[in-house]
Amino acid sequence: MKIVVCVKYVPDMSSQPRFTAEHRVDRAGGQLSELDEYAVEQALRVVDAVPGTHVTHLTVGPPAAAEALRKALAMGGDAAVHVSDEAIAGSDAPATALILAAALRRLEPDLVLCAMASTDSGTSLVPAMLAEHLELPQLTFAGEVTFEPTGGTVRVRRDTAQEVRHLEAALPAVVSVTDRIGEPRYPSFKGIMAAKKKSLETWTLADLGVPADQVGAAARTVVDEITARPARAAGTIVPDDGEGGRLLADFLSTQKFI
Amino acid sequence: MSGVLVLVGHIAGQVSRSSLELLTLARRLGNPIAVCAGTADDEVVKTLGRYGAERVHLIESDELEEYPVAWVRAVADLAADVQPQAVLTESTPDGREIAARLAVRLGGGVLTDAVDVQAGPLGPVVTQWAFAAGYTVTSRVVRGIPIIAVKSNAVVPAEAPVTPSITRSGLQLDEAARRTRVLSRTVRESTGRPQLTEADIVVSGGRGLGGAEQFELIENLADALGGAVGASRAAVDSGWYAHAHQVGQTGVTVSPQLYIAVGISGAIQHRAGMQTSKTIVAVNKDPDAPIFELADYGVVGDLFQVMPQLVDEIARRRA
Ligand SMILES: Cc1cc2nc3c(=O)[nH]c(=O)nc-3n(C[C@H](O)[C@H](O)[C@H](O)COP(=O)(O)OP(=O)(O)OC[C@H]3O[C@@H](n4cnc5c(N)ncnc54)[C@H](O)[C@@H]3O)c2cc1C
Repeated sequence: MKIVVCVKYVPDMSSQPRFTAEHRVDRAGGQLSELDEYAVEQALRVVDAVPGTHVTHLTVGPPAAAEALRKALAMGGDAAVHVSDEAIAGSDAPATALILAAALRRLEPDLVLCAMASTDSGTSLVPAMLAEHLELPQLTFAGEVTFEPTGGTVRVRRDTAQEVRHLEAALPAVVSVTDRIGEPRYPSFKGIMAAKKKSLETWTLADLGVPADQVGAAARTVVDEITARPARAAGTIVPDDGEGGRLLADFLSTQKFI
Repeated sequence: MSGVLVLVGHIAGQVSRSSLELLTLARRLGNPIAVCAGTADDEVVKTLGRYGAERVHLIESDELEEYPVAWVRAVADLAADVQPQAVLTESTPDGREIAARLAVRLGGGVLTDAVDVQAGPLGPVVTQWAFAAGYTVTSRVVRGIPIIAVKSNAVVPAEAPVTPSITRSGLQLDEAARRTRVLSRTVRESTGRPQLTEADIVVSGGRGLGGAEQFELIENLADALGGAVGASRAAVDSGWYAHAHQVGQTGVTVSPQLYIAVGISGAIQHRAGMQTSKTIVAVNKDPDAPIFELADYGVVGDLFQVMPQLVDEIARRRA
């Protein structure tokens, strides 16, 4: 089986994001999106279960995005592809999906694995867009993935606020996974060393036949304004000296919740 | 004024509050056309009309339940016919997926997680909260039909009664749509409490509770206040409460009038799902817990002392 895991290089979400003058996220000093680690992990579990499985990590992004691929390779996997081109800067979800779809057409995987969302923009749009471009079935927000022993079929379980849904599709398919799918492994020292020797190809838009004027500045959305939300005013913090519950009731009363 | 397609969530004789919110927002942009699956009964059509749907378009097919992707084709066909000012859908996983596929089919731009939508000279102006809700962003779609996925609770549903016209279409299932098949659906039993995303008050419990039985303390307070129950991922991962109640980055985002975090430390991923709540209250025995940075009122103490006392006190004051 051939698996391609789509991964994204994102800013560290535990620190303040920075923005460029064009209202784009400043991607310097980023990392592999934490949620993508769950998709990488899932691919590696298939490798453990189905011998002969080949895993390629794929990203679209600036030169530094190769770091995300190295991290994924250090966890495991066989090869990586980095689509990088100056014209890509500023691409929104439809443009990114267009580029990823072109790369996937070339890689011809049996299974495309994505995370449920990126940790920076968090739209969840790309997996479904890939399925639409490639005319593949989509099994998204999977909390559990199983393959038929004979291969060829993939089933997922999906939890939503309203229901639990089981979905099925024949391969090839696009699957996106949540953080309930199983804890990602840490790259071992051996893994980190091995990753340095694995193939990491860089492709341009021209390589993929994607017209530069359909991505980047051709984004279908523009951001007019970004403002930091005002910090919350300091609240009242009281120690519980045996009256904490009653004090809290007082607060809720003054706020008219009781 | 031309039409605005409003995708009314899968209905079982009941129109969701979120759908009424979408209709309310749609009226700011044009004439709402409610699109729903199945043979909506009179009650449904009446409700949609009461909230301003000038037209209700029914997509009639028994197969939508089994092949959810087929819905996209039906909506795309309708959009090609109507050329709407915008398409509005809920910012749920299902809603965002439809938005994604429609955008590819229609060549439109998508904005997700909208918390406000206003008409502007260049098309709809959308407000979102980004980066763990630390930033307010205003955006526009500049190419193609704007497709906007709106978070629930973005607006209070307001009535604007009209008598809708009804149109219908069937469904042609293409090969691609048949490739994703629903094997089973198990609808969650109603807890009798408000839905997490729609509740004005949310009481959430975390690892500090120490076990599933102790969630009773959270439920008791939620019931005393008429609120919904939430949980941190740590509590959900431990199996103490159902995943559907997880608040945060990979759970649901809530923005109630009052959020009470009990035995929750306030990790960034949890804060991402609740920090736009109007009033935040925390109970935690660790004075350095990051949740206190957000709290309007916090009690540093043992939740097993504080919670029962609070519930008793509420009952006493109401007696
Ligand atoms: C990719 C990813 C996604 C994630 N998504 C989410 C998400 O959506 N939602 C989410 O919540 N988390 C999420 N997390 C996990 C998050 O990082 C934290 O691990 C989690 O929120 C911690 O839950 P907690 O606050 O209940 O537990 P802890 O951090 O362990 O905090 C428990 C708190 O309880 C207090 N406590 C203990 N005993 C008592 C007592 N008797 N009385 C009072 N206080 C007490 C402690 O002082 C402590 O502050 C995610 C993590 C990752 C990596």
